[in-house]
Amino acid sequence: MPDVAIAGFAQAPNVRETPGTTNGVEMLVPIFAEVFEQTGLSKQDIGFWCSGSSDYLAGRAFSFIAAVDAIGAFPPIHESHVEMDAAWALYEAWLKIKMGEVETALVYGFGKSSAGELRRVLALQLDPYVVTPLWPDSVSIAGIQARMGLEAGLWSEKDLAEVAARGTEKDVSELLDTPYFADPLRRHDIAPITDGAAVVILSTVERARDIVEHPAVLTGIEHRVDSPVLGARDLTRSPSTEIAAKALDLDGVDLAELHAPFTHQELILRSALGLGEHVKINPSGGALAANPMFSAGLARIGEAAARIHRGESRKAVAHATSGPALQQNLVAVLEAR
Amino acid sequence: MTKQLTAVLGTGQTHHRAKRTDVSMPGLLREAIDRAMADAQVDWADIDAVVLGKAPDLFEGVMMPELFLADALGANGKPLLRVHTAGSVGGSTALVAASLVQSGVHRRVLTVAYEKQSESNAMWGLSILPPFQMPVGAGAGGYFAPHVRSYIRRSGAPEHIGAIVAAKDRRNGALNPYAHLRQADITVESVQASQMLWDPIRYDETCPSSDGACAMVLGDEAAGDAVEGGAAWIHATAMRTEPTTFAGRDQVNPQAGRDAAAALWAEAGIKDPLSEVDVAEIYVPFSWFEPMWLENLGFAAEGEGWKVTEAGETAIGGQLPVNPSGGVLSSNPIGASGMLRFSEAAKQVMGRAGDYQVDGARVALGHAYGGGSQYFSMWVVGAAKPR
Repeated sequence: MPDVAIAGFAQAPNVRETPGTTNGVEMLVPIFAEVFEQTGLSKQDIGFWCSGSSDYLAGRAFSFIAAVDAIGAFPPIHESHVEMDAAWALYEAWLKIKMGEVETALVYGFGKSSAGELRRVLALQLDPYVVTPLWPDSVSIAGIQARMGLEAGLWSEKDLAEVAARGTEKDVSELLDTPYFADPLRRHDIAPITDGAAVVILSTVERARDIVEHPAVLTGIEHRVDSPVLGARDLTRSPSTEIAAKALDLDGVDLAELHAPFTHQELILRSALGLGEHVKINPSGGALAANPMFSAGLARIGEAAARIHRGESRKAVAHATSGPALQQNLVAVLEAR
Repeated sequence: MTKQLTAVLGTGQTHHRAKRTDVSMPGLLREAIDRAMADAQVDWADIDAVVLGKAPDLFEGVMMPELFLADALGANGKPLLRVHTAGSVGGSTALVAASLVQSGVHRRVLTVAYEKQSESNAMWGLSILPPFQMPVGAGAGGYFAPHVRSYIRRSGAPEHIGAIVAAKDRRNGALNPYAHLRQADITVESVQASQMLWDPIRYDETCPSSDGACAMVLGDEAAGDAVEGGAAWIHATAMRTEPTTFAGRDQVNPQAGRDAAAALWAEAGIKDPLSEVDVAEIYVPFSWFEPMWLENLGFAAEGEGWKVTEAGETAIGGQLPVNPSGGVLSSNPIGASGMLRFSEAAKQVMGRAGDYQVDGARVALGHAYGGGSQYFSMWVVGAAKPR
């Protein structure tokens, strides 16, 4: 089985609202060009294409088909799509290289959160018979999760503000003086609503050495899902992340890119992954700085890989999440080898 | 080549109906999954990962339904993937599940695809007009009718070919206890007498709209070896995509389909598909797509596919029985329709196709397409391990 590495990464500007169509595929054209220029590859060099996006975000069926136009997919291409964050598309592409079917793959994710009212759209991910009819929105569900941790003494509102303030000019006590947005969450605890897209080039390690001086070798990738029943699992933990982490070698990790759209979720993830104080968390700013739906998870992997490419990390862990209250989680380990 | 041998260990499907109001979505899925797991003689502890496929979320009104279905899918604590590649999704989902075994990552994988259109309104789901795109406003039949007219003009096929296909597939469906439409008494004449919907496609030449699901358990070589009576071994897989519209695109005989077929036959070591393949389950939602896909897949030269159909060679007992299960014309739970083609191909080479079993079937094709004839996925399965 060939080893796989990340050889390139690009992302669209993360903005509150783009002017394009509701599916947001216009964001892809410039970043395809950017990643091809960066890697010296062209469309014809790509053995497999895989993407992640959501029809509900775009508000229309078959929204991903428009992305095939952004590629300019003729002659025809070997291509697939997941209705998930593109981190899981990267997993599918990793399989294709592992099984020896292709040498290179291009993975992309895109989403225009501004096309609808995100909090309400995400309520449609819940059980359609007994939960969605109550319209619990995504911020309120995260608020319940944060409240449970507060009441269990696992974290304080100050702990959450410290997560938000890290790497910024923000002052923790000033943050704590701001009003609640959805008690116990304040604005700084909640990821912004972001339009965005990201692209990653994967290849065999051998091929990656021709493209980039320090390829980010994907030495492990695991993902798991938890029960959707919010009352049936301990929301203050992330069992699926814990199981995924157990199957990986996280020893010696110096950097983590965590897809935590809420401050308390970063604390849950750090604990689930067993990350100590010496691990640099989210130097990119993470999802609290930009949370482009369906590409934020892929971007975590890309951001971690880019730091290995630049020699800023020797071993990094990247994480992606999907679903309400960290229901589904993917963990990838990247190494400079 | 580092691909690990992979086999279908068992299959299952629901009874397909216009409205399965007797079950919820989890209930519908479990009907197919429980049958597939019983057929494969596996228990939940044997399943390493789950791969779910379906067509647009708007068809049921649930965003990423695999999330709320995780309990019913037995996926808690396991890897769960969700595939969506338009109408070809049932086939693509099977191929993603296969890649989990072919890559050596897992030993046994459960894969399932479904559609439960009665939960929502598919016509509404399809009718949201995106900006800057030409509205079709005619559903799938209206979209594909010009392609069929073009095929007839280019090939010079006589008018009754479509009716031959429809009568054959519906009669085959009558042999399949799970089929939505089971019309043992249908004839070429009665099809030709049915209402014209989108000229030249008549009512009886059109797929139904069904609630239904299909599931399969795939496994590695050791798991395949343990299957009583023999597993269905995957010999080759292929997927190709091209854009919906561009100047000079051949929508009747799309290059993506031709490229996928060429890659498929090359990997399977098949030089003459018509004589080397024993049975084919081809995605035929409107009758005329049988001769069109026979040509696109390389079973017949361009313009000659209708002659294979007219000669009766695609009926059970012919040289290449096509859709002995009744095909999409007899059952069409959209997201599952592709996986049904893949699983029916597997059932044939496992000798588990019951009343529509093709005698001596050793090599079978499963085929799916989607979008505006632009997404293709296919596999070849065999009773013997690939050479």
